[in-house]
Amino acid sequence: MNSIKKHDLATLGACAVLFAIVQTLLFVDFIGPFWELNIILILINVILSVSLNLINGYTGQFSIGHAGFLAVGAYTGAIITVKLGLPFELALVVGTLCSALLGFLIGLPTLRLNGDYLAIATLGLGEIIRICILNIEYVGGASGLMGIPRFTTFAWAFWITVFIIFVIKNFKNSAPGRCCLAIRENEIAAETMGIDTTKYKVMAFTIGAGFAGTAGVLFAHYFYIAHPASFTFMRSFDILTMVVLGGLGSMTGAITGAVLLTAISAVLAEYPEWRMVIYSLTLIILMINRPQGLFGSKELSLKMFRLGGSDNGRATESK
Amino acid sequence: MDMGSFAQQFAQQLINGISLGSIYALIALGYTMIYGIIKLINFAHGDIYMLGAYMGFVATTMLGLSFVPALIFAMVAAGIAGIIIERVAYRPMRNAPRIAILITAIGVSFFLEYGMILIATPQPRTFPAVFEASVYNFYGLIVNSQQILILVISLVLMAGLTYIVNHTKVGKAMRAVSFDADAARLMGIDIDKIISMTFALGSSLAAAAGVLVGVYYNSIDPLMGMMPGLKAFIAAVLGGIGIIPGAMLGGVIMGIVEAMVSGFFSSTFRDAASFVILILILLYRPSGILGKNVKEKV
Repeated sequence: MNSIKKHDLATLGACAVLFAIVQTLLFVDFIGPFWELNIILILINVILSVSLNLINGYTGQFSIGHAGFLAVGAYTGAIITVKLGLPFELALVVGTLCSALLGFLIGLPTLRLNGDYLAIATLGLGEIIRICILNIEYVGGASGLMGIPRFTTFAWAFWITVFIIFVIKNFKNSAPGRCCLAIRENEIAAETMGIDTTKYKVMAFTIGAGFAGTAGVLFAHYFYIAHPASFTFMRSFDILTMVVLGGLGSMTGAITGAVLLTAISAVLAEYPEWRMVIYSLTLIILMINRPQGLFGSKELSLKMFRLGGSDNGRATESK
Repeated sequence: MDMGSFAQQFAQQLINGISLGSIYALIALGYTMIYGIIKLINFAHGDIYMLGAYMGFVATTMLGLSFVPALIFAMVAAGIAGIIIERVAYRPMRNAPRIAILITAIGVSFFLEYGMILIATPQPRTFPAVFEASVYNFYGLIVNSQQILILVISLVLMAGLTYIVNHTKVGKAMRAVSFDADAARLMGIDIDKIISMTFALGSSLAAAAGVLVGVYYNSIDPLMGMMPGLKAFIAAVLGGIGIIPGAMLGGVIMGIVEAMVSGFFSSTFRDAASFVILILILLYRPSGILGKNVKEKV
């Protein structure tokens, strides 16, 4: 991992300012409960899309079973706090670890597949996880695990999101991260260069799955309930859509995609019957007009706005 | 459970499985043809099946048609819908990254589902009984007329499709495009037209499946296409994606396994069983039962 740079400190400062503003607005009740809920949901979706971007965007492994890991995180977290009465911090750690472990176990055999086959296998595994949970009476079966205390606050969600973005960004710039990028560009060439492709694919998959688990813990501890119906393959599609819409392989793209789509669906909540129709039309039109996603694989940064400015290759990545 | 009743139960589930499997096979055919020709997992295909069921509903209740004209009406309407979807949503993306087209397909799927909810409300509707359901009892095995109907119609449609693909000019062109699109274009085949034809054929088969399910279960709803769509895709992968007899075989196997799991274990594990089959086939024989193993060349 890289050492912390001046640039990162500046970003951290910006995050702190943003946090202070939103927290104050929440404190003085300027933001009502509806938008507070949606802000938390946006943060959770940002975690999910950023972690899926690590697998799909950086490593180029087409996974669409992310909701399964979200479910594992949500349920393990809820077992820790509800069934065992242990603190929330521990739930976050255990939820993340369990999800990562499962990601590792699933990733090892399935990541040998590629392209559409991997996609459909991960989709199936995500559904298998959900159906297994549905049949475990200990966690409430089909009626879900209820009575989860609300421990997730804006502060928790915000700083965990910032932390995860920071970790994934640094992972991408580290040696293993560059191996992942090499695998995305050309797997056979990467292998020829001596990269242990399975190792790095599984590594990216495990990290991505773990962070999805973190998002699950936050999710369950905000909405009081962990219910199997919240983790269907439709949820995985949602996350995938955010990543692809923002631009596969772009961190800022993934964040923008998550914010944009969650906000669109929150705004449309007033028109429940039209909501999904407009949502799907927006999706189709955006994809037809920008098939590479809003940002392509570029990162949004101030440098993008500097006309003809020299590009030192740090902010934008040539594809 | 003694041996005799076990055998009887087994045979009974086999019958149920084959009729369910023919439905999956009809949907899987469309998946496999579309995948074969433009390498797209058309996630909206399950919703075409739903659309077909609703068209059959409209034809029988509002237009007062009898079963066979209603079936044809639904197939034609869904075929046109398939052509329109391909023209509007997929054709502009012919050269886009594959994942982008996949997202578009998901978008189309949402659009069809929620558009239908908007038009027809989310409540399930009762499909009219166009057939007198008579139940036959062969030595304790129960077969009803709908199951026979499903089997007969599916076989007729599959035979028709096989004829079109293998013995007509259009079919030859389809095979050519799916084998090598660029070479086919050089030979003067209008690729766009052939892709439209493929969508029309695949969609009308899915619509037929939708009408048959409506007749069989008497109930249709706007989200009915999600699970069967996914399972039909698994069936297509199981048989070897892009291979037409593979889709039929895969569909029937899926149907039988599901019926066995719900008959002998528990119906809550039915869906898990199909996904387990999927994972196993992908890990041990990713090209499917009838598929050939293709090595990747550098």
